[in-house]
Amino acid sequence: MRDTPLSNCERRFLLKAIEEKKRLDGRQTYDYRNIKITFGTDYGCCIVELGRTRVLCQVSCELVPPKDSRPTEGIMFFNLELSPMASPAFEPNRQSELLVMLNRQLERCLRNSKCIDTESLCVVSGEKVWQIRVDVHVLNHDGNLMDAASIAAISALSHFRRPDVAIQGRDITVFSPEERDPIPLSIYHMPICVSFAFFLQGSYLLVDPCEQEERVKDGLLVIAMNKHREICSIQSSGGIMLLKDQVLRCSKIASVKVSEITELINKALENDKKIRKEGGKFGFAESMPKERITTLKREEAPVEMADVKETANEIVNRTETPTEVVSSPVLVAMGTAQVGEGIVNSWGLDEDEEDEPQTEDTKTDDVMVISDSEEEEVVILNEEAQKSTKLSKRK
Amino acid sequence: MTRMSATRGLCMRTMMELDQSCSVLREYGSEQSLLSKPDGSSTFVQGDTSILAGVYGPAEVKVSKEIYDRATVEVLIQPKMGLPGVRERAREQCVRETCEAALLLTLHPRSSVTVVLQVIHDDGSLLSCCLNAACMALMDAGLPMSHLFCGVTCAISKEGQIIIDPTARQEKECRALLTFAIDSAECNVLISSTTGSFSVQELQQCIAISQKASEQIFQFYRDSVKRRYSKIQ
Repeated sequence: MRDTPLSNCERRFLLKAIEEKKRLDGRQTYDYRNIKITFGTDYGCCIVELGRTRVLCQVSCELVPPKDSRPTEGIMFFNLELSPMASPAFEPNRQSELLVMLNRQLERCLRNSKCIDTESLCVVSGEKVWQIRVDVHVLNHDGNLMDAASIAAISALSHFRRPDVAIQGRDITVFSPEERDPIPLSIYHMPICVSFAFFLQGSYLLVDPCEQEERVKDGLLVIAMNKHREICSIQSSGGIMLLKDQVLRCSKIASVKVSEITELINKALENDKKIRKEGGKFGFAESMPKERITTLKREEAPVEMADVKETANEIVNRTETPTEVVSSPVLVAMGTAQVGEGIVNSWGLDEDEEDEPQTEDTKTDDVMVISDSEEEEVVILNEEAQKSTKLSKRK
Repeated sequence: MTRMSATRGLCMRTMMELDQSCSVLREYGSEQSLLSKPDGSSTFVQGDTSILAGVYGPAEVKVSKEIYDRATVEVLIQPKMGLPGVRERAREQCVRETCEAALLLTLHPRSSVTVVLQVIHDDGSLLSCCLNAACMALMDAGLPMSHLFCGVTCAISKEGQIIIDPTARQEKECRALLTFAIDSAECNVLISSTTGSFSVQELQQCIAISQKASEQIFQFYRDSVKRRYSKIQ
């Protein structure tokens, strides 16, 4: 299914509004939309909402042999997926340009910035290391997928706990969460992507573009930065020429935004930790907004099971056992020719085996008449059969 | 003598409690219209199991999938980790066939109805949760249906006890697992998906329980619709 295209009117309206320093949702130029981070019941699972953009991230781990070139380092694997739920334009299992771009940017932001200590993921050098897999699913596309994905990925990585292992000689024991507390990953810093959209050949700039703004943009600048104001990656796309001080200004804005977002992530992580420690309820079910009119929740509901046995018995007793003989489901209509229907099999037939019921015989006669008139060959082939049926009749 | 009866009473009571814990639907809830892009969306939560559903339709259809007298239904289930495999395909088929039975597809010939289900958390009874989420999303999308449907999962434990809406742990320990989709009009079984071995008696018992449980879920559907439109006068 194709995406709904943006009309010329909408395009002109949006650009005019940007010229007047106004945005469609009433934000200021440098404002982010509301960010909400919710953690699931599993470790390393979170949903990030950036306005109406929604992203689900799940981190998982597995013991694998390491790469030959780096025998003492764990492996990080990133997989971002554009689920067809997010937008009708996204097709399942198709490598679109946007998907490749997002995946690459996520890798550059989180793997190449060396924010996670991969050496601590080594179990036995050259034999077994942890592979950390990060799955990011885009659930709703309303612009700025990159920022949402990077926030989700780093939050999930910070939330994730891997099982503890013990090495005795050559034996590796992996402990379940009940036996030993799982261990968090060692994260040096938290790089976060901040996107800037440029309009009208770079004369206007907006932070955190929504989907419609993204469609009229000329260029995009993505800066990945951590709270220590270190730039982890910069990517400019859309073929726009940027001036030196434009990039510098963007990096200054990014540093402010990144420190705000980092604080938010840390607060969300702390909250989740506190609730888990206190043994309260947590997970997505708990974070469902109850006051909304579209939301409804029910307490546990008992189901009456008292008379179930009786009704079941009744049904079983009532049903008759099916008769062994099943009459042929094919009805031979008058005037239709059917191959092999109603004629007795003549292959290796013994005289003794023939005890066809009378009703069948009348049927065969009907068909024989038809085949007689239409295809002579059939009659020749089945001459024996004809004889045999006649024989049985005489009997 | 009195002690005997007392212990028996206690036994009876624990049995009753056991029975109670097995014949309870976990707390469940849903939210509709939570995504802006799809025509209809919903999340359905059963205990910790949670599914997010999005529906697009009736919409443009690929020429290769076009059916001249009715709409094409597509169901996609996205697992949380990795790519969809055979298990997801099997579930997709169950959900698709149920949707096809409920939707009035002949009203929208040469169009497509796409249901995308994202697993948010799996803690048992996943297929029934998928069915419930799909139905809520179809309702939200406002697609014409001849009846609603819901999913109920029953597990039969090794002792032969029927557990309704089992958790992942109960599923692992059980002898047989049965999931039914039930329609709201006549409480008939639309699909059944079973694993493990069970007797005819047990099958009929599970169907009877599922039909009972479905009444509660249909009541929940009704209440949620009532709540949604409560402010429109």
